[in-house]
This record gives sequence, C-alpha cells and structure tokens, in this order.
Amino acid sequence: MTTHGLVLLGILFSSFFTGLVIFFLREDNHRLRVWLNLLGAGLKLILVAALLWGIHQGYHYQLSFDFLPGLPFSLGADANSVLFVTLSSFLWFWTTLYAVGYLEDSPHRSRFFGFFSLCVTATTGIALSANLVTFLVFYELLTVSTYPLVVHRGTPQAMRGGKIYLAYTLAGGAVLLLAVAWFHSLAGPVPFKERGVVQTLIAARPNELRVLFFLFILGIGVKAAIVPLHGWLPRAMVAPAPVSALLHAVAVVKAGAFGIMRVVYDVYGVENAAKLGLMQPLALAATVTIVYGSTLALFQDELKKRLAFSTVSQVSYIVLGVAILGPISTIGGLVHLVHQGIMKITLFFCAGNYAETVGIHRVSEMNGVGRRMPWTTAAFSVAALGMIGVPLLAGAVTKQYLKLGAEQAGAPWVGWVLAASSLLNAAYFLPILWRAWIKEPPARWPVEHHFGRWETHWMLLLPPLVTAALVVWAGIFAESSFSPLAWVKLIAAREFAP
Amino acid sequence: MPHADPPIYLLAGAALFVIGFYSLLIQPHPLRRIMALNIMGSGVFLVFIALANRTPGPVADPVPHAMVLTGIVVSVCATGLALALTNRFGEVLDEKAPPAESPASGKTPPEAAENHR
Amino acid sequence: MTASWPIVALILAPLLAAAAAFALPRHGRQAALLANLVAAAALALLARQIVTGGLQTHDIGGWAAPLGIGLRADGFALLMLVVTMIIAAAVSLYALRYFLFSHDPEAAHRERYFWPLFLFLWSALHALFLSADIFNLYVTLELLGFAAVALVALAGGREALAAAMRYLWVSLAASLFYLMGVALVYGQCATVDLPLLATRASPVPTLWVALALMTVGLLAKAALFPMHFWLPPAHASAPAPVSALLSALVVKGPFYILLRLWFEAFPVVMTPVIAQALGALGAAAILWGSVSALLQPRLKLLVASSTVAQLGYLFLLFPMVTARPDSFLAWSGGLLFLGAHACAKTAMFLAAGNILHAAGHDRIKDLDGVTHALPISAFAFGLVGLSLAGLPPSGGFAGKWLLLSTALAQGQWWWVLVILVGGLLAAAYVMRVLTHAFARVPEPTPCEAIPPIMEWTALAMAILPGGLGLLAHAPTEWLRLGAPILLKGSGL
Repeated sequence: MTTHGLVLLGILFSSFFTGLVIFFLREDNHRLRVWLNLLGAGLKLILVAALLWGIHQGYHYQLSFDFLPGLPFSLGADANSVLFVTLSSFLWFWTTLYAVGYLEDSPHRSRFFGFFSLCVTATTGIALSANLVTFLVFYELLTVSTYPLVVHRGTPQAMRGGKIYLAYTLAGGAVLLLAVAWFHSLAGPVPFKERGVVQTLIAARPNELRVLFFLFILGIGVKAAIVPLHGWLPRAMVAPAPVSALLHAVAVVKAGAFGIMRVVYDVYGVENAAKLGLMQPLALAATVTIVYGSTLALFQDELKKRLAFSTVSQVSYIVLGVAILGPISTIGGLVHLVHQGIMKITLFFCAGNYAETVGIHRVSEMNGVGRRMPWTTAAFSVAALGMIGVPLLAGAVTKQYLKLGAEQAGAPWVGWVLAASSLLNAAYFLPILWRAWIKEPPARWPVEHHFGRWETHWMLLLPPLVTAALVVWAGIFAESSFSPLAWVKLIAAREFAP
Repeated sequence: MPHADPPIYLLAGAALFVIGFYSLLIQPHPLRRIMALNIMGSGVFLVFIALANRTPGPVADPVPHAMVLTGIVVSVCATGLALALTNRFGEVLDEKAPPAESPASGKTPPEAAENHR
Repeated sequence: MTASWPIVALILAPLLAAAAAFALPRHGRQAALLANLVAAAALALLARQIVTGGLQTHDIGGWAAPLGIGLRADGFALLMLVVTMIIAAAVSLYALRYFLFSHDPEAAHRERYFWPLFLFLWSALHALFLSADIFNLYVTLELLGFAAVALVALAGGREALAAAMRYLWVSLAASLFYLMGVALVYGQCATVDLPLLATRASPVPTLWVALALMTVGLLAKAALFPMHFWLPPAHASAPAPVSALLSALVVKGPFYILLRLWFEAFPVVMTPVIAQALGALGAAAILWGSVSALLQPRLKLLVASSTVAQLGYLFLLFPMVTARPDSFLAWSGGLLFLGAHACAKTAMFLAAGNILHAAGHDRIKDLDGVTHALPISAFAFGLVGLSLAGLPPSGGFAGKWLLLSTALAQGQWWWVLVILVGGLLAAAYVMRVLTHAFARVPEPTPCEAIPPIMEWTALAMAILPGGLGLLAHAPTEWLRLGAPILLKGSGL
C-alpha cells in the first residue's frame, strides 16, 4: 500500500463515515445533517479532482490487502474507474442538494441520508475496484444500501416495489457470486488488466469460459436492466425522485453497465471475447433491450415510468457499444455512460420538480406546465432533445460514434437500430414537450406549492439547470480536450493499442 | 477368565441397550422413560465391563472400570435432573385446567396431556 | 507430565463462579463478570502460547493418559474458545439487565438460577473444547446437556417445560448412543485418546458400528435434519440470552466432536459415501430450515428454524474436506462460517428478545411499530441478515466463499447450488422481519423502553460477523497452528 493508495480510501470513506454519523443524528437536527451531507460530497469531489490530477501526472494508485488467504481486496484507479468515479461524485453532489430540498419535512431523513451516503460509497467502490471479488463486495453492498431508499416512503406499494427490487438484485448477486467464484477457481485472483487475462485459458476451456460469460452477464445484467432482467426498474419508481435520479443516472443502472464493460474489457479482453463468439449474443441482447425499452416507453402515461423504460433502453446503448468490436463503438458506448447519466438525471430532477411543485405525475397532466415552470421545463426539453439525438447535444455525439463504429466493424444493421430508437425516443419525448409548451394549462394544478420568487425551491431548481447545461456543453465542446469524450478516447486508445 | 467364553455379557449389554431405547421411544409416561434411560445406561456399562474382561492376563483392565464409575455418577445426575423436571412439569400441568392444547406451541407432545401423577 | 495454567483457569474460573453464584444468589452478576475477566485473560495467554509455541497440553492432577485425563488446546480448539468467549461475554452483558426488565413477576427468581447455570454451561463448553479423549468428551457433553436443559426449563411455563423435557430425552438418549460407541472403540483400540486412536484405527466392522452409534447420537444433539425437531421449540421458548447460548454454542459442541472424531481420530474409516450422506443431510437441513423459517408466525421460532438451516451449512464440510484438493480451504470456510453464525445467531436472538420485551409479543406480522421504536435492534437484525445471506463483506460471506471455491474446484456442483439457494432463502426470511422496520406506521405503537445495554450488545454481536469478513485472515491462520487434524496422516 503506497501513500497514494490513501487517496482511494479517502474517496470511499468521505461518504462512508459521513453516512455513519448521519444515521445517529436526531431527526430534527437539520442543519448538521445538511452540512455533513454537503461536506461529504464536497470532500469526495476534491479528492476525485486530486485523483484526476495525479493520474494526469502519471502517478499510480493502488491499495490491496488479503482478506482471506489468497483473496485480495484491492482498489485501484485506472482510466475506466476515473471516468465512473468522476461521474458519480459529481452527480452525487447535485443529487444531495436536490434531495435535501425535496425531502424537506419528510420523516426519517437521517435514515434516508445515511443510506444515501452508503449507496454512493458502494458505487464509488464499484468504480475503484481492481479485481472481481472487490467488485462483487461493492456490488452487493449497493443492493443492500439502495433497498431502504427504494422503500423509504413505507407505503404498501413502496414495500412491494422494494420486495421485487430485492428479489431481482439478490438473485443477480447470487449468480454473480457463482460466476466470480468459478472464475476465481479457474484463474485465481486476477486483477483487472487492460488486456484481459483469459488468453491462456481460451485454448483449454472455451466452453467453460462461454458459460461463465453468460453467468456474468446474467448476474450483472439485472442491475443493467437488460431485457428480460429489467422487471424491477419500473416498479422501483415508487421511490422518491432523488432516489430514482440516483438509481438511474449514478448508481445502480450505471454500475451494471460499468460491470459489463469491466467483464468484457478487463476480465475477458475484447479480442478474446470476440474469439469466443460472445459479442454477437451480447449485441443482440442489447439491441432487443433498446427496442423493447423504447417501445414500452411509448405506452406509459406515468412520467417516471416512461423515463424508467427509457433508461432500460438507453443503458443498452452502452452495452451495445461494448459489444461491437472496434475502438470507435467503444468510444460511443463509454461516452454514453456519462451522457446518459447527465441527461437522465436532468429528466428525473424535473419529474421530481413537477411532482413536488404542482403535484403532477402523469404526462397527461402536463399540459401547459411550461408556462408555470419555464426553467424546469427548459431543462427537461434540453435533456429530452439530447436523448433523441438532436445535434449539438450530448446524445448526438454518442449516436454518431456508435453508428460509425458499427459501420467500421461491419455491422451496419446497428445503424438501423439506432435510427429506429431515435424515432421512438422522439415519439415519446416530443409529445411531452408539445404538451408542456404549447397546450393550455388547466385552471388549477392538483397541488400548489409556492417557493417565493422562483418557480420552485432553489435546491430543486439549480441541480437540473446545472446538469442541463452540462448536456449542452458535452455536445458542443465534445471534440475539445475538456469533455467526457476526450477522456473516453483515451480509454479506448489504451484498450485497443497493440 | 478363559477367553473362549461366548461374549454373553457383551450381548446382554447390547440387548439391554436396545430394550431401553425401544422403551424410551414407545413409553409415554416420563417415569417410565427415565427407567428406560437407566436401563440403556446399564446396558452400556455392562458392555464396558465385559470389554474390561477381555484383556490378556488375570487382571482386568481398570480403565473401563473407571469409565463405568464415572458413567454411573453421570447417570445418577441425569436421573435426578429428569425426575425434578418431570415433577415440575407435572405441577405445571395440574395448575392449568384440563387441556385445550395450546395453539401457539403446537409441538407439545400429545402424551403430555395424558400425564398422571 | 505437562501443565498449562491457562487451560486450567479456563475451566475452573466459570465453574467456581457458578458455585459462588449459587451459594450467594445476590452476587450472581458479579461472579459472572469476574469469570469473564479471568477467562478472557487466560484465553489471551493461551492464544499467545499457541501462536508462539504450538499445541498446549495439560494433564489433570499430573497423571498422564491413559489413566489420567489429558486436556489439549490446538488451533481449532482455540478458535472455538475464542468464539465461546465472545458469545459468553455478550450474553453476560445482556443478561445484566434482561431479567430486571422482564414482564414476569418471577424474574428475580429466574435470575437467581440463570447465573449459576450459565456459568456451569460455559465451563462445560470450555472443558469440551479442551478435551483430548473421547470419554472425557462424553462427560463434558452430558454436563453441557444438563445445563442446557435446565436453562430451557428456566422460563417456567408449560411450553418451556415441555420443550425442556423433549430436549432432555433426546440429549440423554443421544449421549448413551455416544457412550456405547466409546465402549466399542475402546474394545477395539484399547485407548480413548484422540491422537492415539488415529494410529490404531482401521476400517473394521466394530469401528463402523461404533462410529455409526456415535455419529447418530451427536447428530441428534446437533439437531441435524432429520433429528432437528426438538430445537425450534426449545430455543424459542427459552429466555432470549439462553436462546442465544443454545443456538450459538451448545449445538456447536457436538459438531466439534464430530469433526474431531471423523477427521482426527478416524479418517481411515471415512468413505466418500458417508461424507456425501452427511452433506446431503446438511443440504436437507438448509432447505427444510429455511422454508420453515419462511412459514413461522413467531419471531423466535423463525430464528430457531434459521439455526436448523445454518447448521446444515456446517455439515457440507464433510464431503468437501474429504474430497481433495483444497480440503483446508473447505475446513477453514466451514469453521469461519461457524464463528460468524455463532455471533450472528446471538445477535438475532438478543434483538428478538428486545423486540419481544418491548412489544409484549413476537408475532411477526404485528411488528411494524415496534421495530420503529427499536432502530438499533432492527439494524442489528439487518446486519445479521447480511451474514446469514452470505453477502459481502460479512463473515458469512467469507465462509461461503471458501466453501463455494472448494466445491467448484472439486467439481461438486450440487453443493454450489445448495449454498446459493440457501443464501437466497436466508435473505427471504430475514426480509420477512425487516420489511416491518420500513413500513409506514400511522402512529407509533406504545412500547416499553429497552435498556441501552441490551440493544447495544445485540448490535455489537451483529457487527462482529460483518467485520469478521474483512479480518478473516487471522483466524484462518490460527487453524493451521498445532493442528494435528490436517497436517499429518491424512495427506491433506
């Protein structure tokens, strides 16, 4: 363990310890709780910035100890981790702010924010894991820490949704445990490498590796909401909006996608996976998910459910990018990790704002809401347009790279899938925008909360504006060296270098 | 003792053991069960002693004798505990009205209801 | 002639304290605390001796075997002693306040007898783990059974007494089976000393019968399926600290003896068929116990059924240690699991005891408000669930991982499935209880306040299996120390 390893621990503990302390705070201790939350989030951001700078300077970050003989628990920061950890830390900060505003006057806030912090710790741990076992540990921790968030409201529907969530994720976890233990018995405690270590095993046990891959995808695919393992996601929408935002953009679903990426790139290695013929089935599963998710989204009237199915569809863009062999599609997939995150979180923030401020939950209730809440709806529009793939916004960059990469890899059918998906996206987002801006608002909104001179509480308004601005920036400044795209290009270069 | 004797004490011990165990299984009354356990114990002790006799030379092996002595002491304690518990259980049963079986436990042995003093 | 004062102290301290607690009923608690301190010191000393010097032995009265009684402490015994120490300390702390806050007018009377019986039980456990010959194991086993039965009967009602009586019959009959086995072994091998038996044993019919008898007796005492029927009522109707002791420690004693018998004294008699049969019984226990826990209406019965299930995991040890390679991994996995389970089960019963105290009942479906009033106990229960379900980074996960890896390496697929399904079922029955902690309550249920020490002990016991997962390295290394079990003779 080098001193540099401490930074990694620091990043993990910044949310872990604040979470622990928050659990024990008395319910009415608002100030302290808010300060602790923001302190933890801020500290994490600073440490992540330090990490970024360090990697830029060429330092190595590594931390490892044996927790069982021959079983190391190991953290590390490679290019992929840094991408994910930056995304999650940044978005966590804004989600925390949003959650504080959203849950004002709600019961059990200490419990909520305690688990909230644990959830982010788990996500960060997933990002910083340097081998499969560590990944598994944090993966299961994520399940455990998100359950209380999903059932926070305590209503019968919440409990039901939580039960389904737990059933899916624990089952997925059991499958993953099997896969990791099996892989471990074949290959030992291998750390993630950018080349993959399966090379030597291919000759000897190709079929076992294929079954293993299937198990990995099955186990991780639950969180990544690959059809047909996605069933928990729409039901988990009973959670409060900050939780949905977190789950979809930052934590659970992203962790699943990240995990699949790790398995393909850093456990198997992209060429080995291709050699074993694993990429086509994965691409197929991703395609099915993309189309299915987009189609079902059309039929949802409840806004959050529509967004949920949209997530199911969009996350598989990442999986698709990973599954098509070639550096350009890799870039497309990985950058979508970031882009989908910021777009989706904006959408959920806005959905939460609508629910909190004027009490609407359904698309059919959204007539004219643009006049009542222009800023929120503007942010919503930017993000929605980005999802559709409108040029100059984040989503377009993704689609462009995915299409190019598919053509290069000789799979032009992907282009058709992407086009169809964009059409479907337009079909379920554009009507919302039209309703919100063009149609006449009703005489009275179901609920009326006034927050002073702004259209809603500033803590609810600021986060979506920030993230919407990011969507624009990621699109316009994509080709500059300060965009997510630039970092992703670096990762792809390393993965595919000879 | 000549070693060519049929192992009658061994067999007797085993038989006592089996008879005792069988009685334990089928007899409902606690006092009889206690007796059954004592018989089982005697069976085991008899086996020990018979084995002690099978050493070469005129002097029997003292180790099994020591074990039997210990066993007897343990057995007496066991019997004492069992008797005390039976007594107490009988008292408790008498305190309550004649059974409606308690639904919560559901696992009370049916023969407990037939206990007599 | 060897002497080891820590070994003597470990047995004598609780025993003398038991006598003192009986003679001076008003000072029961002080006696227990004193015993805790002395035993902890002795254990620390013993641990250091073992780590630096290997196996430690002590001959009682200076007389060596075969006529004397020898005591012995190796790595395996040390692990069991440490687990016992931790549980006993937690139970002592908990019981300091438990009886005071009982609803029952007889509480003071019960406490009077609790301390001597508890200390006596503790002493019997120490003696069991330190024994070096199979006859002494019989004596300690019987003592353990007496103390346990008496503790179950302590609660006093009809249910408890009926459960205690059933436990007594099973215990006494099982001990006699075991003793008969000892007799046959002595007849065949002319010794009862464990290491010596290893050199003199051979696969002859007498030993087959003897081992069969001993195993049946021990399985009944360890409540392995299908002889588990006595356990749920006994553990559920006892007072909470007693239930914790029973589930965490008392049933582990016979299991320890089984391991010693099959792997140290008679590895030559073991066949793959027997090993697989024991494993199959273990698997049946896991499935039966878990499903039973899912269906129980009462909390303490749920926890007791969970014990039946978790004990099944321990028996998976047999087929995995017998098949090579990686036997030591399976061995350490099973024992880590044992340690984690002991702490977890203690926490579970203590938390359940708190809930029962506060609510006055333990019907699971009516527990909504109570768990809101006892967040610490609910949290402890949740942490325990992590370990039972085998989720990382708990001790349950460490044990499960080792068992899984071994099963995979040996190609014994069926155990892999059993282990995974068992974990999911455990998660299911724990969630049955936990969902009530999260469900919205229209207004708080009036509950009795629980003294903090009772809640915090439960939590501490729950954190231990959690932390054990990250610190599993040290105990695993202990198991190698001075352990004649694996390192000689059986080629493992």
